[in-house]
Amino acid sequence: MDALEIARWQFGITTVYHFMMVPLTIGLGMVVAVIQTLWFRTGKPEYLRMTKFWGKLFLINFIMGVATGIVQEFQFGMAWSQYSRFVGDVFGAPLALEALLAFFVESTFLGLWIFGWKQLKRGVHLACLWIAVIGSVFSAYFIIVANSWMQHPVGVTMINGRPVMTDAWAVFTNNTALVAVPHTLLGALGVAGAFLLGISWYHLWRRRKDGIDVVGSDGTLVVGEATIPGRDKGDYSVWLRSLRIGAVVAMISFAGTAVTGDLQGKLMFVQQPMKMAAAEAACHDGTGFSVLSVGNLGSTNCDDIKAVIEVPGILSFLAKGDFSTEVKGVNSLLGEYQAKYGTHVPNNPLYGDRAGQEIQYVPVMQVTYWGFRMMIGFGGLAALAALVALWVTRKGIVPQSTWLMRLAVLGILAPFGANAAGWIFTEMGRQPFVVAPNPDMNGIDQVFMFTAAAVSPGVSAGELLTSLIVLSAIYAVLLVVEVKLLVKYVRGGVASAMPELGRHTKDSDAKDSDAKDNDDDGGHRGTPDDVLAFAY
Amino acid sequence: MELLPTIWFIAIAVLWTGYLFLEGFDLGVGMLMKLFARTNTERRVLLNTIGPVWDGNEVWLLTAAGATFAAFPLWYASLFSALYLPLLAVLVALIFRAVAFEYRGKVDSEKWRRGWDWAIAVGSFLAAFGVGAALALTTTGLPLNANGDRTGGPMSWFSGYALLGGFGVVAFALVHALAFLALKTDGEVRHRARRWFVRLLPVAVLPMIGWMVALQVLAGKPWTWVIASAGVVAAVLAWRMARTGSEGRAFSALGGFLVCATASIFGAAFPVVVPSTIDPAFNLTISNASSSNYTLGLMSIVAAIGLPLVIAYQAWTYWVFRRRVSAAHIPEAHGFLPAIAAKVLVSTKAAPGSAAPDDAARPGDHRPLA
Ligand code: HDD
Ligand code: HEM
Ligand code: HEM
Repeated sequence: MDALEIARWQFGITTVYHFMMVPLTIGLGMVVAVIQTLWFRTGKPEYLRMTKFWGKLFLINFIMGVATGIVQEFQFGMAWSQYSRFVGDVFGAPLALEALLAFFVESTFLGLWIFGWKQLKRGVHLACLWIAVIGSVFSAYFIIVANSWMQHPVGVTMINGRPVMTDAWAVFTNNTALVAVPHTLLGALGVAGAFLLGISWYHLWRRRKDGIDVVGSDGTLVVGEATIPGRDKGDYSVWLRSLRIGAVVAMISFAGTAVTGDLQGKLMFVQQPMKMAAAEAACHDGTGFSVLSVGNLGSTNCDDIKAVIEVPGILSFLAKGDFSTEVKGVNSLLGEYQAKYGTHVPNNPLYGDRAGQEIQYVPVMQVTYWGFRMMIGFGGLAALAALVALWVTRKGIVPQSTWLMRLAVLGILAPFGANAAGWIFTEMGRQPFVVAPNPDMNGIDQVFMFTAAAVSPGVSAGELLTSLIVLSAIYAVLLVVEVKLLVKYVRGGVASAMPELGRHTKDSDAKDSDAKDNDDDGGHRGTPDDVLAFAY
Repeated sequence: MELLPTIWFIAIAVLWTGYLFLEGFDLGVGMLMKLFARTNTERRVLLNTIGPVWDGNEVWLLTAAGATFAAFPLWYASLFSALYLPLLAVLVALIFRAVAFEYRGKVDSEKWRRGWDWAIAVGSFLAAFGVGAALALTTTGLPLNANGDRTGGPMSWFSGYALLGGFGVVAFALVHALAFLALKTDGEVRHRARRWFVRLLPVAVLPMIGWMVALQVLAGKPWTWVIASAGVVAAVLAWRMARTGSEGRAFSALGGFLVCATASIFGAAFPVVVPSTIDPAFNLTISNASSSNYTLGLMSIVAAIGLPLVIAYQAWTYWVFRRRVSAAHIPEAHGFLPAIAAKVLVSTKAAPGSAAPDDAARPGDHRPLA
């Protein structure tokens, strides 16, 4: 592997990894903020318990997002210096603004939230969480503005061979970003939904398995109480409510990603037609959407690619909104690209060994084709599972089947897969460009950059390989640690985030009656430093 | 002279100063986890002085890097790619450090905590050292060619200045953290921190003073010489204040030393952002490395609104958590009671009736407690 390939693997691995943590942070953050708001307004102890429990898992995950994000920010300069020189004038601004307007907000107000349970008034404390969550939305916005500019460069003119920003408004309202932001945020919510659903299902299942909740002869559930801290009657409503919230969130998120994804498809048809064709593994112009194609997707002549199942008209609908517009296939596009952007890599020393080689305009079709389908498929699967889960548990009873429980827990992974697939598709579909040309603007067509020219010329393959190995190894270890901790705290249940539950003498009647506001659970009147149990 | 690039040069110097000032003490506290704290309770005192704020402090680094990217892309590209391996070390250090803060208390085991304590201490040391070295090298020079790329292989960046800057920031962070602890803690930790501060300060400021003086000799201007001298005075003042027990003033005076040091260093380096040790014609300067005036203007407007806001709400955070932390505030480490697989409870409270039979068959799992 040469420096370029190593750098690409490194960027891909570290970014996809970062984007394992990010959607859970964004999605769970929103959900916890809503739950804490419910607690604030109703004072019901279940909501406090939910806030603390999901909040704790949120924090365990959040820190990994922070730790891996720093790598992302440094990587542009370290491994992609030529890219940074080329795009700096436009691309640096959203990155700097993200730090200034989003990261500061997120980290500071989250610190206040974690440690401020006692020091801040309840309303202020809640506001801190909301501000942090809004900060993470802003962070998503800014980074996607940066990314969208690579997909669809706008608002610049070429001066001395570099794009120079001339219209900040155009950059920050890039239509590519305006649809990608909601699509990504909704995708993040989907992760949170499945997370809530899977874990709550497990706990409800476990309560029945442990004989705490029993289904009576009339088919209704008798909610019981164990002497273990946190596994009282209130515990049951914690999980049932979480399950329902999770399922609803997962379904809304999928519906939303479908709508915004459709808009993205229409833009992609105009802005990156080759990516669209590659997503379909379509060599010839056509109108049908392939549900399943077999054959050698890697070939560009398409001789042995066969659409096994094809829905006529849908591709046109995805691209144009009607059922008859022919969508250009790879074969027609290839000529157009070659005519516009050249057939060979320029003979410039910047391209190293690749100078003079033929340019490969067709992205790796196995990846784009399956990436696109995995994104939609996993998302759809999660939504369908959520619907079934809601139906099955409509009477508040989770079946005793171990098999179903495993499926619910495993289902947590589906939206993660959808998100990763979406990014891999988007990023690899853009190749061979790191900054894709913007075809619908006249005049600034020259604003594009081949990935081959983007890597740092002064950095050796050995250095890149070192960092690739070091970072991948650390990430692998930390993933194991994170998942172990998450599992530990999930199994620990609410009491793991609220040790004060264990210190109470249980008065089950008081717990149960809504008449008595059991505010004590809040730890607001507990021992003064209980908050540290939530923090460090 | 170009106005906007100059403003952004100053802004970036301010961001680095903010970073060194704020993360300075939490990097120092991190190193002190091993050097200073004696018991687990003391370590938790240390951690809780910076717990709510360290992440916010770290964002100063991200903002400094991001602002460099936006305002001087060629500076960002050359510096970061030239220092590939040392920055990789900084990244690894920051990853472990961040994760350690959060995960250290999540498992109640001595071994677990010890591992993460090392991660915090070594991570803090490496991060401080790497950032110091990088800043020293960007002010004293790197072997850059005409395109701004490093020549001479992966380690060609190394020079004595890297050590000077690295140790400068490490040693500063240590005493800065001691001053901070004296201000933020109570009881035994507070008194010991004060004693250590008085003892260490005279030595600890030396490498940074060395870096500062080196830059004056290399490129000093009259006004930067004045500021550098003021820095030395501030360091002496900090020492005297600490001896008389004025913790707040000692902390501020040391902060004053830092501000003078960075001001005189960046001031002397101006307008060069990275000198090339190969040929001065390849120097990166505020004019040949900067973004367009349009971009700089846009960024100026946002920063003029954003930065004061950041300072305001971060200051508020320090106000909210102004209370001194002492060993008495630290509750026992909570080995929480796991709801599931709670073996301990099973042995004391036998469960009557309604058992799920398949559970009993599995050893190690807990029994139902309905
Ligand atoms: C859609 C959202 C999204 C995307 C595409 C990315 N990130 Fe991210 N990032 C976040 C959303 C986010 C976040 C949710 O806002 C995080 C997670 C944890 C946190 O603190 O903020 C975050 C953390 C985070 C941090 C640490 C912030 C801190 O210390 O508080 C940095 C430096 C970056 N990211 C940088 C990047 C870069 C350079 C990316 C592009 C390659 C990137 N992120 C992709
Ligand atoms: C604003 C955010 C992002 C920016 C600026 C960005 C930028 C880049 C850059 C510079 C590269 C290297 C050049 C290349 O190989 O194409 C790249 C590749 C890649 N990125 Fe992104 N990216 C962003 C977000 C993401 C996210 C969130 C993911 C997924 C989680 C992602 C996945 C990938 C992958 C998989 C590659 C490798 C592609 C390949 O090697 O062909 N990107 N991206
Ligand atoms: C019917 C459903 C969906 C459609 C039609 C759809 C469509 C698209 C399209 C066309 C893109 C590429 C945009 C571009 O490269 O220009 C994309 C990207 C992406 N999708 Fe989807 N998508 C769907 C569902 C989902 C789901 C369920 C998730 C996650 C849970 C998801 C996550 C992503 C992500 C993270 C990206 C990359 C970032 C971006 O460009 O926004 N998508 N999607």
